[in-house]
Amino acid sequence: MDHEARPKIIGARIQRLEDPRLISGNGAFVDDLKLAGMLQVAILRSDHAHARIDGIDVHEAEQMPGVVGVFTAELIERYARPIHATSKMKGYQSTPLHALARDTVRYVGEPVAAVVAENRYLAEDALATVAVDYDPLPEIVTAEAAAHEQETVLHEGHDSNVLVRRTFERGEVAEAFASAAVQVSGRFRFRRKTPVAMEARCYLADFNKGKRSLTLYSSTQVPGIIRDALVDVLGMPGHSIRVMAPDVGGGFGAKASLYPEEILVCAISRHLGRPVKWVSDRLEDLTSTSQAFDETIDAELALDADGRLLGVKADILGDVGAYSIYPWTAALEPMQVAGFLPGPYVMPNFSASVTIVATNKPPTGPYRGVGRPAAAFVLERLMDMAAGKLLMDPAAIRALNFVKQDQFPYKTGSGIVWDRSGFSECLQRACDGIGYEGLKAERQAARAAGRWFGIGIASYAELTGIGSRMSAAPGMPINTGTESATVEIDASGAVTATFGIASHGQGLETTLAQIVAEELGVRVEEVRVVHGDSAAVTHSTGTYASRSTVLAGGAAHLSARAVMDKVKEAAAFMLEVESENIDVQDGLIEAKGSNKKLSMAELGHAVYSEMGRFPLEMREHLDLRATKHYDPQFGTTTSATHIAVVEVDPETYMVDVKRFLVAEDCGRVINPMIVDGQVHGGVAQGIGAALYEEVVHDEAGQILTASLVDYLVPSAAEVPKLDVIHLDTEALGTIGGYRGMGEGGTIGAPAAIANAVADAVSHLGIEISELPITPERLYRLVTAAKGLSEGE
Amino acid sequence: MTEKKSVELSVNGRTYRRSIDPRILLSDFLREDLGLTGTHVGCEHGICGACTVLMNGASTRSCLCLALQADGADITTVEGLGDIDELDALQKKFREHHALQCGFCTPGMLMTITELISRDTDLSDDEIREALSGNLCRCTGYEHIVQATRAALDERRS
Repeated sequence: MDHEARPKIIGARIQRLEDPRLISGNGAFVDDLKLAGMLQVAILRSDHAHARIDGIDVHEAEQMPGVVGVFTAELIERYARPIHATSKMKGYQSTPLHALARDTVRYVGEPVAAVVAENRYLAEDALATVAVDYDPLPEIVTAEAAAHEQETVLHEGHDSNVLVRRTFERGEVAEAFASAAVQVSGRFRFRRKTPVAMEARCYLADFNKGKRSLTLYSSTQVPGIIRDALVDVLGMPGHSIRVMAPDVGGGFGAKASLYPEEILVCAISRHLGRPVKWVSDRLEDLTSTSQAFDETIDAELALDADGRLLGVKADILGDVGAYSIYPWTAALEPMQVAGFLPGPYVMPNFSASVTIVATNKPPTGPYRGVGRPAAAFVLERLMDMAAGKLLMDPAAIRALNFVKQDQFPYKTGSGIVWDRSGFSECLQRACDGIGYEGLKAERQAARAAGRWFGIGIASYAELTGIGSRMSAAPGMPINTGTESATVEIDASGAVTATFGIASHGQGLETTLAQIVAEELGVRVEEVRVVHGDSAAVTHSTGTYASRSTVLAGGAAHLSARAVMDKVKEAAAFMLEVESENIDVQDGLIEAKGSNKKLSMAELGHAVYSEMGRFPLEMREHLDLRATKHYDPQFGTTTSATHIAVVEVDPETYMVDVKRFLVAEDCGRVINPMIVDGQVHGGVAQGIGAALYEEVVHDEAGQILTASLVDYLVPSAAEVPKLDVIHLDTEALGTIGGYRGMGEGGTIGAPAAIANAVADAVSHLGIEISELPITPERLYRLVTAAKGLSEGE
Repeated sequence: MTEKKSVELSVNGRTYRRSIDPRILLSDFLREDLGLTGTHVGCEHGICGACTVLMNGASTRSCLCLALQADGADITTVEGLGDIDELDALQKKFREHHALQCGFCTPGMLMTITELISRDTDLSDDEIREALSGNLCRCTGYEHIVQATRAALDERRS
């Protein structure tokens, strides 16, 4: 069978290579790792949202059975200095990240002291005896208070609690609004969430006294970022620090930042010369892992009489908690809300102001979708509100305004460029897929029967696989724009592909192997993908921002092709043919048009282990190994339309999501099962964000949602059957034609559900502008509307 | 210091006798004392289901159970279902249907579904979802897990 005719590996539903170990209980998550002499850490966390620390009494704790040491900031500072997330944004006020709080605590959950003992039970016994003398300070718990408060400034040296401000303006916004036939507006509230990976954070630091080297096993998405930061924080050379992410139980962005506890275990291990592990429990996770999606957005949309968009303006207030997260900075999410607000539409006029404030709550950081879920929620609600005023079908108003194929590349009002994507096509396929006309008839019948039945559409676009010309936050201290791949064939013919990414559920051990296998002509199972190890590559960051398939996949193509050239050259010499006649299939090297063949093992053996097998001039460049880098520079556009069908119970106000369909354009698909899985997972989180999940703090900054009983992660009973349609189109300009698609589910789903609920209760004259739309919120809205209508 | 107590139990068909601190949770006992790290701990509040094992055939939250409470019991963990080289029928369905992503909730999910399949063979997809509602998964959105369970049920029935 020749090269063109054989079955393709890219595009095939290959069963995942990482599955056997994970399914059989043979995974190796950080808490599964045991090292000789290992100790466990229990952390004392602040129970004040804002206070000075006047003293910490560890005397009793130090005497408790099994306790090896009790640490406070004073001792840790001998090993670790603070680090700042830097930014080029004008007026940005940075905040220092310490392993343990020094003189001031700024959120409930902030680490204050650490007890190290033989096991966690004994450590927690001792923890209960540590006494901290707090001197309470006024708490700033809402973004509004933080923005206006002059007296209480949370950080030393800051002139206010506004960490950074920014405005955007393009076009003639004032004129657009002045001339608009239709205007719609609202105050939108997207309330705080936390990612809740099923594996809570876990870190194991192992300092080797003899080699003066440190290995940190971290449940992280970004081993490369952590390692580079630790060089700075610990003052140790890079060749002496290794950060490894073994099996990681989900991340969703929560594990993409540097945490105090990572620094803490490293410092303690250095001090004691023993391995030290900290395992987060779920309460710690809910109070100290980075949170997200906490914005108040005042927005207005202007349209002409035909429903064409003229402009959008917004004031965005972002509550980023007590610290500017490392390395992304506090600007990450609120700025993205502004950046993606124009959406996939032709919209010539745009203005936005972004105000980012610190409050006495846990720091916010990346969470799947980042600023895009809030942006989509706001814009898509406004689109439906406008459609309502114009008596237009929500699908029609979107179809009218999408950027069309002949308008690409299109630069939006915020400066983002859509290279090309199937915006209109996604909407069309979604409507066809869900049977939109039939659904509308079903809605009519349901309403006639008194049921609160609603249909919601949300369309969005995002940038994925971004390269060096697109920064998540200008001046942040990391390089996200490049990825590397090293492909090598060893003396036994075994193929290894090494990357700087860190797979944590998205199946990159399989998808990247699919690329390498197809390029090299070997079987997928023959390719071992190495990832999640800062020492395996010269430089790395990790897996975040929907980048791995585009960047690592592109580098994999380049690197595998370079190795293939060497395979052909060596095989041609051995088989005495021209290298153009060499073909590899199923790991077997053949000379076309002859019977001559060679196994990969024989080739590897010949190249490496047979002395003098190749002439000297060939040997110098013949090692079967290549490292290539890929920087897509700008990145590529991924888009989708989500359609949600809901029914609201008029007595309990529970929202039942009856159907959910996604039509998405993610370019060329490597493994359809994996792409579907990513969409499903994102949509489930979007359902959670829309209906169930909210981190609630009281007016003293105390967390009220302190367990999974109160912070409601959707179970299988809350998520309906999910239908996904792929528009298999090839992205222009990325190697392989891939687009990233890991985050889309959370971007479209909250907006689609908000629109569906708004549709379901439209007969009650209620505005849906706050998520999550819980039964209690809906009840209050309905009751208030009734009160007004009854003339109270 | 509390005196140690002895416990004897069978795990995946093998008998273990240990002397332990009476307050040790079954989840910690399995993971630390017996080295069976397949069972995972996700919340220690009994909500997420990651720690689910079978105790005398019934699904049980090992994080809410003291190891001593398992004295004399027959425990099955994920390590007792199949082997990395020879997955059992349900595990194979999980692989075929891509019913896991990060794999952290998977052992608990498999134990719950193993019990479900052994008890009942006629369930709608909604009933499957209801039965799985005590096992949280953050990665998959449950769709493929339901499909794998459906396939395993259908296979059992035929």
